[in-house]
Amino acid sequence: MKKIFEVPLYPYVKSEDQNAATPARHPVIVVGAGPIGLAAAIDLAQQGVPVVVLDENDRVSWGSRAVCYAKRPLEILDRLGCGDPFVDKGVVWNTGKVFFDERQVYRFDLLAEDGHKRPAFINLQQYYFEEYLVNRVRELQAEGKQIELRGQNKVVSVDPGSGGVSLLVETPDGPYQLRADWLITCDGAASPIRNMMGLDFVGRVFEDNFLITDVIMDADFPTERWFWFDPPFNRGQSALLHKQPDSVWRIDLQLGWNIDKEEEKKTENVIPRLKAMLGDDVKFEIEWVSIYTFQCCRMEKFRHGRVLFAGDAAHQVSPFGARGANSGLQDTDNLCWKLKLVIDGKAPDSLLDSYDVERVHGADENILNSSRATDFITPKSEISRVFRDAVLDLSEKVEFARPLVNSGRLSVPCVYDGSPLNGADDTAMPSRTRPGAPAVDAPIEGGWLIDKLGGRFQLLAIDAQAPGELDVGGVPIETLTFDTRKTPSNAVRERYLGEAPSAIYLMRPDQHVAARWLTFDRDAVVSALQAAIGRA
Amino acid sequence: MKKLTTTPNIVDPDGLYAELLALHDGREEDESHAINARLVLILANHIGDRDVLRQAYALAAPELAPNNA
Ligand SMILES: Cc1cc2nc3c(=O)[nH]c(=O)nc-3n(C[C@H](O)[C@H](O)[C@H](O)COP(=O)(O)OP(=O)(O)OC[C@H]3O[C@@H](n4cnc5c(N)ncnc54)[C@H](O)[C@@H]3O)c2cc1C
Repeated sequence: MKKIFEVPLYPYVKSEDQNAATPARHPVIVVGAGPIGLAAAIDLAQQGVPVVVLDENDRVSWGSRAVCYAKRPLEILDRLGCGDPFVDKGVVWNTGKVFFDERQVYRFDLLAEDGHKRPAFINLQQYYFEEYLVNRVRELQAEGKQIELRGQNKVVSVDPGSGGVSLLVETPDGPYQLRADWLITCDGAASPIRNMMGLDFVGRVFEDNFLITDVIMDADFPTERWFWFDPPFNRGQSALLHKQPDSVWRIDLQLGWNIDKEEEKKTENVIPRLKAMLGDDVKFEIEWVSIYTFQCCRMEKFRHGRVLFAGDAAHQVSPFGARGANSGLQDTDNLCWKLKLVIDGKAPDSLLDSYDVERVHGADENILNSSRATDFITPKSEISRVFRDAVLDLSEKVEFARPLVNSGRLSVPCVYDGSPLNGADDTAMPSRTRPGAPAVDAPIEGGWLIDKLGGRFQLLAIDAQAPGELDVGGVPIETLTFDTRKTPSNAVRERYLGEAPSAIYLMRPDQHVAARWLTFDRDAVVSALQAAIGRA
Repeated sequence: MKKLTTTPNIVDPDGLYAELLALHDGREEDESHAINARLVLILANHIGDRDVLRQAYALAAPELAPNNA
């Protein structure tokens, strides 16, 4: 049977646009059908914005790539109408263990709290991730949404004008031109478009190589993330073992800087390394072998007029915090509702600058965490190695050193503290749901809070009164009312009220909190909404 | 903000100095570095207060934080 990554999922078909006398113009073109480009397209199509996705390829991602997806991206996928297949197929895990030499020195539990629809993390091969998104695209097409996926359409030049963006696209039938009001660039870490526009990508390369393999084996290792420093099977280096669906296991082996990549990649050299780790009698089959050097970089700005960069094209991190695709999904989650309001003329063009502000903030947080983890795993100087080893030595003996052991701080949702879109706050309420924060899920009568949120502005009236519907200059606000005496647990009260007797939350279409008050006040809500759409 | 103690705080300073150096007696240089690193971590955790520690860093590496010393 052919594997999903061998099958063209969106084979090239000649488009009408290729015969057009003058270049066809589209409201939004997305470049790149990786996880982030697909998510952007689905989000826009769901909101009724016609969208065309161009990819030079015609199938899902090749090689060992993303594995771990956090709760927040799963909630975003739910909002995109397709969370279930990911969670049904994915491997749910909560425990991480860190070993030094042969001893366990540290352990973390991701799920400290219940009352959430989605688990803290799942593991799933990136090729499934992309396949399920393509399935969602097909579903939307069947519903009549205008969303088009063009395989073997390679963007070879871009002219970003103030009135629109012109593209030259190469296909098996030759090149053609396209125009777009807005271009969303999700063409990956090497971003050809970023290069064509002469924009830089600044950051740090970590001088190290990692042998990343996916192997198929029947092994009885537990469903946990295992990370080793200086294990007997990879002396002086680190290793990682993680389970994926279909009995596929991800194995990372740190190799160091001065190696011969071609030699190391040869099967006859990989197999003994894996046997040393897994034991001689474990039977396995290799699915992928790659050697990666990691870097943490970002563009200075993610918005360049009518060109908006998202995902790896805008920022790249080393994978130890699983922050790549996870943060890319938060990019499009942030971008698409803003773009829709701007396209509809309901918000000023400057609202898109807040995409830049909020997601640069997110990228910096991810780069900080990923760089710190990588500096721990790959010490950048002799003295940083001395301190790293001191932490590991001590972690075996004393508790205080264990939280210093850093094998990756896993992706958590970004809070847009300090965003110009944030409105009023009330400190009687919990900090975790402050303006800028994503909604915190909680069980409600008949289901989950998170499933009720998103796609439009909403007021949550918790033990409070508010009108059922509002309209602020063409932007509707829907009200959801909750009586905490009737919710199935204390979670809504704990997560949204805290010390407050009642609360009104203004929620953005991306499920983030815009502002909150003790009671409803029309003027206050109107001005918070104006601020949240950049009109203030 | 708590202030870093910069006045003499140790009884028997000569004894302290000798004990500290004795830790390194007959060690290879890399062993000594490892001991020092462990010691810094242990003491930093004991102090706990990041403000106090930052004053200590500034005192130890003044060129990095001219305004903090
Ligand atoms: C070893 C490894 C482990 C990882 N683990 C994780 C993890 O556990 N969790 C996580 O969240 N992330 C992880 N990541 C990161 C994750 O893989 C990336 O963040 C993610 O793939 C980014 O998606 P993207 O859509 O931005 O870019 P890509 O997936 O790179 O997609 C870019 C797309 O653009 C297309 N394209 C490029 N140029 C053109 C052009 N000129 N014209 C048309 N199309 C073009 C390409 O064909 C491709 O389909 C990992 C990465 C690696 C390498």
